[in-house]
Amino acid sequence: MQRILNNPDNIVDEMLEGFAKCHGDIVKQVITSEENTRGVIAAVDAPKAGKVGVVTGGGSGHKPAFIGYVGKNMCDAAAVGEICSSPTALAFLEAFRAADGGAGIACLYGNYSGDNMNVKMASKMAKREGLVVKTVIANDDVASAPKDQREKRRGVAGEILMWKCGGAKAALGGSLDEVIATAQKAIDNTRSVGIGLTPCTLPAVGHPNFEIKPGTMEVGIGHHGEPGIEVCPLETAAQMAKRMVDIVVPDYPYQAGDEVVVLVSGLGATPVMELYVLYNEIDKLLKAQGIQTYRSYVGNYFTSLDMMGATLTIMKVDDELKELIDMDATSVGFRQP
Amino acid sequence: MAVVKNENGRDILLSMVKAVQDNKQYLGDVDGLIGDGDHGMNMNKGFTLYGKQLGDEKTTFTNGLFELGKVLLNKIGGSMGPIYGTVFMEMADQGDEVEEIDLQLFINMMEAGLEGLYDIVDARPGDKTLVDTLFPALEALKAAHTQGRDFPDALDDMVAAARQGKDSTKDLVAKYGRSARLGERSRGVLDAGATSCFIILEAMAGGMQKTME
Repeated sequence: MQRILNNPDNIVDEMLEGFAKCHGDIVKQVITSEENTRGVIAAVDAPKAGKVGVVTGGGSGHKPAFIGYVGKNMCDAAAVGEICSSPTALAFLEAFRAADGGAGIACLYGNYSGDNMNVKMASKMAKREGLVVKTVIANDDVASAPKDQREKRRGVAGEILMWKCGGAKAALGGSLDEVIATAQKAIDNTRSVGIGLTPCTLPAVGHPNFEIKPGTMEVGIGHHGEPGIEVCPLETAAQMAKRMVDIVVPDYPYQAGDEVVVLVSGLGATPVMELYVLYNEIDKLLKAQGIQTYRSYVGNYFTSLDMMGATLTIMKVDDELKELIDMDATSVGFRQP
Repeated sequence: MAVVKNENGRDILLSMVKAVQDNKQYLGDVDGLIGDGDHGMNMNKGFTLYGKQLGDEKTTFTNGLFELGKVLLNKIGGSMGPIYGTVFMEMADQGDEVEEIDLQLFINMMEAGLEGLYDIVDARPGDKTLVDTLFPALEALKAAHTQGRDFPDALDDMVAAARQGKDSTKDLVAKYGRSARLGERSRGVLDAGATSCFIILEAMAGGMQKTME
């Protein structure tokens, strides 16, 4: 393992310090208790009086998620956990406080057992302080559970589109119920799937804790190496694109005439060049089905440490979601003029 | 009937801390088979932090449980922070400021811990989680109480039931947590949470019995 590290046990704290120093024009590190010396990452101007606070959070190792989506017209604050481990309930509570402008908190997060528990406990504590917290739990990963158990599916890169739409709705002055309804609609319209080419390694562990054999790829892999649908021999970009489109499109299902946002994210160690090769193939397949791409994004938006591979995310847009997606945004992981 | 004097909490809490520290590697290895391998590391970090916080101070059993729960909840996170944090803090609430803990009160404490846990997780007995250790442990205490057994013997029954419950997870298929993604592949391996829960209950019971001698 050749890494840029000091003590691997301190990697999250040292990363946060560097992040806050580098991006002081967009975010600030808010530390309010001795028990959570890591604090939370909040937008520089948070909290904004009268605006619904948009909060997220999750384990580390998915950069730029989650802190990279804090900023103007995006999330107001994010709670930060250890690598692949949920933030504490206290961290979520502090994120709620940092984002609270008096109009309520929309906590938009992914469907992982630790996050579910800690958000639930933080919401209870927040209620005692008079904060109003409502949640939307992302479940866009098609491969993580069958369609009739959609509530069990994990949230992956589709969360970015949920944050984008929810954050824009809040910025436009939407009420808490409106922001929640919009974020729910955004994620309900969204489906994702990933293909992993190599496993990832937790720096403190030093070796991968799951295996993808050289020459193979795992279709439907999760962001922590959760097993996918199928392990098969490595394929060409065109074949990979077909597998991904064939999983994502029929699940919603997206149909001819639909307008969609397409997001292709790398998993951390795949060169961006290859992501464009994949996107090119995905675009051909969607065009052939008459699905119209309204906007598209390619890059390392939601990663899994040093895993190689990519995810495809598709969101169907209507007039409301188009307006929200089009709005300008300034966060470290997502900037749009 | 024997009772645990609440003021004698220090030795009970420290035996729990030591048991987790001693089993750091074992818990990591159990977790590594179907989880992500960090269970021993996280549990050790939380319990050791509490041990350091306690230092040379005395503590009541219930206050100690509350403080331990708070450390796990506020400093560990993940899934185990809120799970054990809730169990210990709910247990502590039941016995808040009492001088003596008898079998009935300890049953109430364990029951409150399990109910608090049920409030935040959907797992129930048979789902290959620590509930498979905690639930039979509580049932054994209740049965011992009905049979009129003395407190130390009831704790023996609790540990035996907890051990059996922990071992039962080996043949179960995970429905919650990270190992749930493995489905059938999770069969044949102990659940890490059920294992740590047994280790903690065994140490707690041993510590309580010692104070009653």
